[in-house]
Amino acid sequence: MRYLPKSPFDRSTMLDAIGVASIDDLFTTIPAEYRLTGDMKIPRQMGEQEIVEFFRAAADRNANGYASFLGAGAYRHYRPVVIDAMVQRGEFLTSYTPYQAEITQGTLQAIFEFQTMICELTGMEIANASMYDGSTGAAESVMMAARVTGRSHIVVANTVHPEYREVLKTYAQHQGLPKQIVGYGADGRVDQTALEDAITDQTACVLIQSPNFFGVIEDIAAIAEMAHAKGALLIVSIAEALSLGIVRPPVEADIVSLEAQSFGVPVGYGGPYCGVLACKEKFIRQMPGRLTGATTDKQGRRGFVLTLSTREQHIRREKATSNICTNQALVALMTCIYLTIYGKAGMKELAEQNLAKAHYAAQVLGATPGSELLFAKSPRFHEFVLSTQEAPDAMNTRLLEHKIIGGLSLVKWYPELRNASLWCATEQNSREQIDTAAAVVAGKEAATLAYA
Amino acid sequence: MATDTLNPAGVTSTETITIPFVGERRKVASHINQNEGLIFEKSSPGKKAYRLSPLDVPAVDAKSLLGDLAREDVGLLPEVSEIEIIRHFTRLSTWNYAIDLGMYPLGSCTMKYNPRVNELVARLQGIAEAHPYQPESLSQGAMRVMWLLQDCLKEITGMDAITLQPAAGAHGEFTGILLVRAYHESKGNPRKKVLIPDSAHGTNPATAAICGYQVQNLKSNSEGMVDLAELEKLVDEETAALMLTNPSTIGVFESEIHKIADILHAKGALLYMDGANMNALVGKTRPGDFGVDVMHMNLHKTFSTPHGGGGPGSGPVACKKILEPFLPTPVIVEKADGTLTFHYDHPQSVGRVRMFYGNYGMFVRALAYILANGPDGLRQTTEDAVLNANYIRKHLEDVYELPYKTATLHEVVFSDRRQARNGVKTGDIAKRLIDYGFHPYTVSFPMIVPGALMIEPTESESKEELDLFIDAMRQIAREADENPAIILSAPNATRVSRMDEVGAARKPVLRWKPAIAAAPASTENSALEPATAAKEY
Repeated sequence: MRYLPKSPFDRSTMLDAIGVASIDDLFTTIPAEYRLTGDMKIPRQMGEQEIVEFFRAAADRNANGYASFLGAGAYRHYRPVVIDAMVQRGEFLTSYTPYQAEITQGTLQAIFEFQTMICELTGMEIANASMYDGSTGAAESVMMAARVTGRSHIVVANTVHPEYREVLKTYAQHQGLPKQIVGYGADGRVDQTALEDAITDQTACVLIQSPNFFGVIEDIAAIAEMAHAKGALLIVSIAEALSLGIVRPPVEADIVSLEAQSFGVPVGYGGPYCGVLACKEKFIRQMPGRLTGATTDKQGRRGFVLTLSTREQHIRREKATSNICTNQALVALMTCIYLTIYGKAGMKELAEQNLAKAHYAAQVLGATPGSELLFAKSPRFHEFVLSTQEAPDAMNTRLLEHKIIGGLSLVKWYPELRNASLWCATEQNSREQIDTAAAVVAGKEAATLAYA
Repeated sequence: MATDTLNPAGVTSTETITIPFVGERRKVASHINQNEGLIFEKSSPGKKAYRLSPLDVPAVDAKSLLGDLAREDVGLLPEVSEIEIIRHFTRLSTWNYAIDLGMYPLGSCTMKYNPRVNELVARLQGIAEAHPYQPESLSQGAMRVMWLLQDCLKEITGMDAITLQPAAGAHGEFTGILLVRAYHESKGNPRKKVLIPDSAHGTNPATAAICGYQVQNLKSNSEGMVDLAELEKLVDEETAALMLTNPSTIGVFESEIHKIADILHAKGALLYMDGANMNALVGKTRPGDFGVDVMHMNLHKTFSTPHGGGGPGSGPVACKKILEPFLPTPVIVEKADGTLTFHYDHPQSVGRVRMFYGNYGMFVRALAYILANGPDGLRQTTEDAVLNANYIRKHLEDVYELPYKTATLHEVVFSDRRQARNGVKTGDIAKRLIDYGFHPYTVSFPMIVPGALMIEPTESESKEELDLFIDAMRQIAREADENPAIILSAPNATRVSRMDEVGAARKPVLRWKPAIAAAPASTENSALEPATAAKEY
């Protein structure tokens, strides 16, 4: 086996040194009746070339060469090559949690930079070293809010990503956290009247998403006021982190749960991604996950360490703030590099391009016969909901014939929005793709289409 | 006494530090590495590392589209050029120790080689750019990878069903205990408590607590194993499960595992196995055969996906048939025509534990690893891991105290009892190992061993590397006897010395802030304005 650095001679020398006759003598603590005597029934050992060919064949059976308008929590953005060049350095790739600060300053400093950038982008005072993803991050935020307030009721907008809400339900079910769902108004934003009614002096927190699942930006300031009036915390979940390049940060929130996948992380069939929690500093002791802090060594030189670990499971066991152990360090590093590449000017410029692409796509698709752009007057970033004459599945089948993956059907989650689909346009979508999609949605003949 | 004179970076050139060693330092020599400030300290307005494609649709005015919601300023993000970014992160990387540099014997973490072909296949376009919501008809390759990985993991563990959704080991524990709870609820009583041995990893009790269970501590016996009499006393009709790490955190296989399972099953309780140490069992025995009902695996341990400085992990959960109806949704199903589809309609499911399908990129890497090994390679891997641990044990047991004499599998746990007499603790020995060019072992865990040195070499170490490690550990033991002061000052050869962790926690500085606006940017030791001390809330 090519990964194993031992010759048969090495093995026999080592067995001799240990003083046993065969390797099986080291496994005698396993009762004989449970020891495997034959090979496991898994594929035989493959050579490297075979492995690459196997996965190439698998990759070829997926969508290749399609234009895509999917978003909905997994966003297609260009990934600068510098990211993979850096994260594939073995010193980052093959090290572990930086418990030994003296020989992990590279990881620690990068996390410190990451925490700083997340604070800047979200307008929060502190940020942790990352969570698994946006869905579990939102659930952890809710549990954190319950600890902070000592209250148990939670209020959730139904324009939070449906899968985030499902995860929250799983997490909250045994925590004794009754949940109330609040719907959306005609503008696609959370129904503020219903929200105000739902918040009581028992409410631990209000969880909203902005831009929400429909791509509509919520009025954070107004919602924060409602929550704070009753002593509840406001948690803002952000699934599309790039929106922070052009959308005012949710500074009125108490906790921001960010999914940073847009910052240079492949959509990769859904993971790994990079959740991160940011919040007001006064909540620090209740925050889950790892934190990196600056300090000095014995000679007074600047350095970084994992800190405040007394919140964590390896110290507090069943009294910990969360059971989380590993986070998404390497993915957080990707996002840190991405933010460094685009920087202050690039984040804004890129976000503006996304805004422009989506604005154009919404206009041309919304103008197709029988279609209607829903929540048209509300502020959006780069996603929009299109209601069509045709059922989304039928429309998408026709689009696939032109190598276009259309918007995500919302029929499963929001059947009340007749024939609605959620579209996303990013810097990866050319005008030609948008025009072609609009032509196909409009039912024009394939022969007249430029793209495909 | 030998000495190494070195001139570490970060120390001004007139300074030299002389590190004494009682013997020879064979693995490492000192070398120069670069200083590097925070990226923010290199920033200067107008520098750029990007250029966007020209916008091919009409430009928009953000202010007119978003009104008051438009953002003017994105804050203090750095403004630097591409070469500066490459140098910045390359320099930072050189400050890390890593498996690629040498032995990383962090017990319980399984720091094995991370094959590079795994990285290549995970980045193939059709895989890396697959959108989780793209049509199933255009995702058959991605789904087939999941299907085959599931089949392999079921076979390796001897279990009937599996979910790949959990994002890490602790997340897998959470999922597994939810399955346990759902099972008991389906029988009319969720039960109240989960038994956890005192040798367990801290995630176990934390997990049981967030699943709404009381944690009942199970004391280990004099051999560090489950005390059957004690177990029998504690298990009753309110016991939901025992969470057992097997092999245990001292690296010992629970030889009476089947009796443990019988005691639990007799009272209707389930056996949860923490599979953190599955790398000691693969190809030699299967948890499904010895009575385990549900378990998680860590793909980043046993199946070689990279640890990445602390994640991403992946924690699939395998279970017996009785728990299958409760698995998270969606579940992959093979249709009659051989195509794969996701099923969402499972009314007894515990629900989702993560959006989409889990840390998919880790599935690709783990499957590539399994294919590279095959059944014979995986067995040989396990055997080599156990051989390495026993080789270390044999060569160190005369100089370090071995609190539990039972035969160990993939890791060995010593205590610092002898060295502590001279004031040298496990944490000090760990720091001294750094001077010899090794990453330390796991310090002070498991808690049943006071002053624990938990050493897990994995199969990835050659005999030569093991001999160097053994030499270093033996020399440190001599130093503890002859000159403990040189251990207590370690590490001496690193960029930075021991950090003020107390200060870091007392007055947390968790982000960079610009110093004084007028002051010129400095590259070292500036600009870390302490944040206000955090208050208990």
